Amino acid sequence: MAPADCLEWLNFMKKYDAIIIGAGHNGLTNAAYLAKAGLDVLVLEKNSYIGGATVSRELYPNWKYSNCSYVCSLLRPEIIRDLELPRHGLQVVPYGGGVTFKENGDYYGNHADHERLLREVARHSKRDASAYERYEADVMKQTRLIRPFLMRTPPDPTSLKPRNLKELSLLAKSFGSMGEEGLADTMRFWTMSIGDFLDEYFESDVIKAHLAGSGIIGTALGVYSPGTAYVLLHHYMGDVDGSVGAWGFARGGMGAVSAALSASFQSFGGTIQCDAEAAQIIVKNGKAKGVALANGDELYADIVVSNLDPKRTFLKIMDEGDLPADVVKKAKNFKIRGSSGKLNIALDGLPTFTGLPKDSPLCLGEKHFSDSLPRMERAYDDWKAETWSKDPYLDMLIPTQVDPTMAPPGKHMMSVFVQYAPPKINGGDWTAEDKAGFEKTVIDQISNYSPDFKDLILHCETRTPQDIENEVGLTEGNIFMGELTFDQLLFNRPFPGYAQYRGPVKGMYMCSSGTHPGGGVMAAPGANAAREILMDLKLTNTVPGGYDDD
Amino acid sequence: MIPHDETMMLKTPFYSRCLAACEINMWEDWKGYTTPQAYTSVEQEYFAVRSNTGVFDISPMIKYRFTGPDAGAYLNRLVTRDIRKIGVGRVAYTIWCDDNGQVMDDGTIFHLAENDYRLCAYARCLDWLMWSAEGFDVTIVDETADVAALAVQGPTSCAIFKNMGFEGIENLKPFGLTRFPFEGSEVMISRTGFTGDLGYEIWVDPALAETFWDRLFEAGKHREIRPIGGYALDMLRTEAGFIQAGVDFIPAEESIRTGRSRSPFELGLGWLVSFDKPVFNGRKALLKEKKEGSHYAFVYLDVEGNKPAEHAFIYDGNKEVGTVTTAAWCPTAKTNVAFAQVNAKYGKPGQELVAEIYYERELKWTRVMAKCTVIEGVVFNPPRKRQTPAPDF
Repeated sequence: MAPADCLEWLNFMKKYDAIIIGAGHNGLTNAAYLAKAGLDVLVLEKNSYIGGATVSRELYPNWKYSNCSYVCSLLRPEIIRDLELPRHGLQVVPYGGGVTFKENGDYYGNHADHERLLREVARHSKRDASAYERYEADVMKQTRLIRPFLMRTPPDPTSLKPRNLKELSLLAKSFGSMGEEGLADTMRFWTMSIGDFLDEYFESDVIKAHLAGSGIIGTALGVYSPGTAYVLLHHYMGDVDGSVGAWGFARGGMGAVSAALSASFQSFGGTIQCDAEAAQIIVKNGKAKGVALANGDELYADIVVSNLDPKRTFLKIMDEGDLPADVVKKAKNFKIRGSSGKLNIALDGLPTFTGLPKDSPLCLGEKHFSDSLPRMERAYDDWKAETWSKDPYLDMLIPTQVDPTMAPPGKHMMSVFVQYAPPKINGGDWTAEDKAGFEKTVIDQISNYSPDFKDLILHCETRTPQDIENEVGLTEGNIFMGELTFDQLLFNRPFPGYAQYRGPVKGMYMCSSGTHPGGGVMAAPGANAAREILMDLKLTNTVPGGYDDD
Repeated sequence: MIPHDETMMLKTPFYSRCLAACEINMWEDWKGYTTPQAYTSVEQEYFAVRSNTGVFDISPMIKYRFTGPDAGAYLNRLVTRDIRKIGVGRVAYTIWCDDNGQVMDDGTIFHLAENDYRLCAYARCLDWLMWSAEGFDVTIVDETADVAALAVQGPTSCAIFKNMGFEGIENLKPFGLTRFPFEGSEVMISRTGFTGDLGYEIWVDPALAETFWDRLFEAGKHREIRPIGGYALDMLRTEAGFIQAGVDFIPAEESIRTGRSRSPFELGLGWLVSFDKPVFNGRKALLKEKKEGSHYAFVYLDVEGNKPAEHAFIYDGNKEVGTVTTAAWCPTAKTNVAFAQVNAKYGKPGQELVAEIYYERELKWTRVMAKCTVIEGVVFNPPRKRQTPAPDF
């Protein structure tokens, strides 16, 4: 054999210790911790670039788009530090501010300075300014309850193993520490709608609308749907440098997160293979044996970790015959509905917004254009009718005001998250016409508040849930890889009996956002899954424990 | 549409005068207002109040006005004190609790006229005021920005007001309020304050604020009047034994962790609770606590030595029994005091405890275990504070 053939043959026969399917942030995190423990780890990525939904892409010359996820808060500081992500190039810059524009020309400014914020709330309602502090305290109570569990494996409530009992008692202790009244409040909070929750604090429509956005982002539910209050919590439980609830930009776009994770992984000797789409997890005698690629290649490992969502994992890349029927049923029933789209726009300059001074510190934060809960609920009605919202809720940011690396000097990049957009239009695929209509709806909405916006557009990438599914591989384009409702959280994520990252087949694991603690660029599922794998292999744990808030 | 508001920091009605007097450019954000921390020298400002007169701009204090036939009944339901006993022209220091009997804030209620009251508080509480107002015929208005206010405190304050032509001011009793004509309008003066000294607070239309300031300082120029900032006030209130929300206790609605809020009994404010009122917010819980006992006690400590016991742990032998909330060396009382929250059984006067104090000298940290004693009453309590007619100095 010629030396080149020989190498190919060796590669063909090579067996890895672990193969991770999907080079998103959780896959890379999982891989990094396994490699750190000394395993020979391969990460497979179907695209020609890594990152999954944590990417920066140059789709217009000299502009970088965070074209899926776009802001950073949930990424666990324990992981950032432990995997030395700053040394590998990650820099997270916090931002503040935020505006919700009103139809009447006024706006609500979400000032970063607390007293200034309260005065702005008072401008809309003096009563709400004093209620705001109660709201903040009450949300913080819930945040404090959940945060200690982000870097832990959820207990199995049906198991009597000592470790499960210990974790369950910790959970019970946390709930117990809320007191009788706190416990009742918690049960209500986890099950109620964000609209009902905010109605208990505020009278001003625009303040409720500004805060409610966090309850519906990425979720196929309306502001008055039960369960959306928890979704708000999911957006509040992160932190930037210990400032809980704060959000930041990854310098260079969200791709900087995956780039740093991949550099960290590679520093432990790991390998990433792009353009390598997993077609099938190979199972023999009830054990995972490796991965068959779409191109026919087969790669072998006794540990196979899927970073795909539960539906794709169990219904696409596994043979249903290899699985318990119960798992197939649960995977089919898993709720992962597409609800949002995205526009990424290259701008020739900074747009002006009516009534808002261009140098206002408010401009650094998110801009929204829905000024009441009824408008947001109607936007959801369109989704139910299988079309995009004609008056959508937008979460719009211009990161280039903080990050100089994403566009040439003086030019800007705009990221527009759009809620709602259904996975199918009237039961059919999105047509080019539908997509153009969706894009126009969003651009018109912004133009209503920014007269020079349209003229500044150099390039626009519009992504429907269908585009996101096709490119990134998120089923229905659901950004959280499964909705964040109580029926799919903690020991029920992705489904009961499988919340500890182990799949139904020996050697097969899950590490995606479809597992605890869920979506967002958090990396906790990847890290938690690595801890379980290393435990099964009886290797020394490399995954750090969570920081304590108190 | 409400007009946009682009100002980052608010200015009090006295801002132009504060700015002119603020020689060392030390400012702070007090509830969104730009206010001086110190004007010239913290020490001089402190002693101005103890020896002459110091003037502190209290305009940012949160002020609510209550009018209507049920105003008195409403306030009586809201606060722990019996408001029926506070006649027209009188002021009362009080606290109010949530339904769990936990202190939400403290403040002063001014009985301005029949069915007409003002509440002066540290924190915004309109939301709670409105919830408590359900079922009462009362109108509640936030008048924080509509009233300019100064604390004029110190032994010569009465004399200065007499110089201003406020005749008979010396007969105003502590916690009394009166009015004088001023520039075609009027100024309200109450014998109240946060310094523990002879002193007054004046309440005036913001349009007259600067004129009032100028006339006051003109009248006081031979009495060594000077403006004082937040730092001096903090020393003064500590010496006088006044607690502060957010420092010495966490307002109940802002507390996040279970068990961090405090009841009136746990703050040494049981004397403000009138159980002879049939209904008030928190009554049931407070009755229960009175019967079953409190978890904590709030104490004044006389701390051995001269190192302020800031942030100190408090021990009984080797057992940690509490922490200090406020501590300072008191320059007039020549005492080292600390306010501390301790487990209830260590709260009795005469109880001996130990404070673990860390202090630094040229980057060298030293730890002392200072003996301290729970004291009754406050360390600075001069007769002039109560004398009526008020003395000239």
